[in-house]
Amino acid sequence: MTALLTRPDRERVEETRPRYRLSTLDAKVSPYLFVAPFFVLFAAIGVFPLLYTAYVSLFDWELGADDAKFVGADNYMTLLGDSQFWNALFNTFSIFVLSTAPQLIIAVLLASLLSANLRGKTGWRMGVLLPYVASMVALTIIFGNLFGPQYGLVNDVLTAVGLPAIDWQASTFGSHVAIASMVNWRWTGYNALIVLAAMLAIPREVIEASVVDGAGPIRRFFSITLPMLKPTLIFVVVTSTIGGLQIFTEPLLFAPAGGSGGGSVHQYQTVVLYMYQSAFQQFDLGYASTIAWMLFLIVILVAGLNFWLTRKSVR
Amino acid sequence: MRRPSFVVYGVLAAFVLGSAFPLYYSFLVASRDNEALTGDFTLVPGGNFFSNAARVLDTIPFWKSLANSFIVSGTVTLSVVLLSTLAGFAFAKLRFRGSSVLFVFVVATLAVPTQLGIIPLYMAMAEFGWAGELEAVIVPNLVTAFGVFWMRQYLVDAIPDELVEAARMDGCSLWRTFWHVALPAARPAAAMLGVFTFMQSWNDFLWPLVVLNADNPTIQVALEKLQSGYYVDYSLVLAGTTLATIPVLIVFLVLGRQIVAGVMQGAVKG
Repeated sequence: MTALLTRPDRERVEETRPRYRLSTLDAKVSPYLFVAPFFVLFAAIGVFPLLYTAYVSLFDWELGADDAKFVGADNYMTLLGDSQFWNALFNTFSIFVLSTAPQLIIAVLLASLLSANLRGKTGWRMGVLLPYVASMVALTIIFGNLFGPQYGLVNDVLTAVGLPAIDWQASTFGSHVAIASMVNWRWTGYNALIVLAAMLAIPREVIEASVVDGAGPIRRFFSITLPMLKPTLIFVVVTSTIGGLQIFTEPLLFAPAGGSGGGSVHQYQTVVLYMYQSAFQQFDLGYASTIAWMLFLIVILVAGLNFWLTRKSVR
Repeated sequence: MRRPSFVVYGVLAAFVLGSAFPLYYSFLVASRDNEALTGDFTLVPGGNFFSNAARVLDTIPFWKSLANSFIVSGTVTLSVVLLSTLAGFAFAKLRFRGSSVLFVFVVATLAVPTQLGIIPLYMAMAEFGWAGELEAVIVPNLVTAFGVFWMRQYLVDAIPDELVEAARMDGCSLWRTFWHVALPAARPAAAMLGVFTFMQSWNDFLWPLVVLNADNPTIQVALEKLQSGYYVDYSLVLAGTTLATIPVLIVFLVLGRQIVAGVMQGAVKG
């Protein structure tokens, strides 16, 4: 009797043990396998290239050459005295400011219009998002034509209303305005929707309470809406900083003959464009890596600073 | 809530018209011949669009670049959605040592300008023999920090913990739990991630420009080749941009509602 009872029991134990072991193994290991693709890929195309960029920047390294010569900090010394680098850095920041500041203000205003009880809400929201889906290359080429110095539509309009035509390609400030307008055109609607989402998330009781207290629409906007948008505005500023400091497509394609030089006297060459020119047109990988690494540090620094400043000022 | 006044509609309409105008303008120029550009500006298209479009097809490998863009964006989208959902599921619902530290790391990498690493990346691709090949633009984009973050945020609330537990009790392996429980639950967020990834990949420019060549380009790289040169035939170039814009415009008209919802949800969740 006992033999009859124990035999199947023992069998069951033997049968379940490996499966049990497999399932604890599954519970322990599988989560790591699930997240592994991201970490492996990020190590390969994120961490390694950035670290290797720092390494290459210590060499006199020509594309395709067999021997790279270690030069220590020479590239950095050259960079600090390179007026083209400082010029590119100035251009990048100038375009960045000209695109971020108006964009943020218009996005907030647009969002408050969109937050009204509109007929055909989704249609309006789609309408302002349209530029975001169009390709940046196509848009840049189109804008390059619109801002063309001779037959451009923008100059046609300016002269038609009696203003002088502007050489949007040759002048420093003019080219920055033109390039910033492409960025603004593309991203304002997108950011307006982000701000709109945050606006709609503001609890209605807060608004109603302020109405009861007698606050007008303008007072309400500055004392309630704007402070409650703070986290979203920080998010928008930080993301547009990271993107804006790496601006490349717009200045590269702005003028047909401009190329990677960013205009005849580099009047609109940005830092990434300078990096591209050094690496893939002048084949100086060591120096291009120095530019890349400097910009990497600047992006991290400015993004952090931005985060800190916006958090303080919109309080 | 009362309806807003006509002024609000007027301002919005002006903004939307301004948003659409450059795209229409590119079609306008593309529908004329190049000499007519110096004449007076009108909003009526000319009759040369198809002949200009035909010249685009002769000048650049348009169909090939379009097919390349579809292959690249399609592969990248499938992979990003699948791998991000997998990782997002692990971070949202599975307990494992170091998971919170690893997730903070994922969020931190969102801010890393990986684009600045293209020089070693190019050297590595040349070493693998991938320079000029589509693998070079596909492989680096197979999974993104944004995707993992996005799916994790969605799945935290979308799947009840009991459901995962129940599947475990029934002897489901984690992989099968993912396949039968998480993946179906993730569908709405996965669809949005898919649309965004596709558009982003479709519009990607710097890295494809560096690593691909004129014979085997994506559509963005092909467009760049169309306009390089000292004499620019704008009716040709803008016929190219118009042709390249049509597919995205169709996607936008079909999925616009979801894209709007995606942008707005991303803002609240993020």
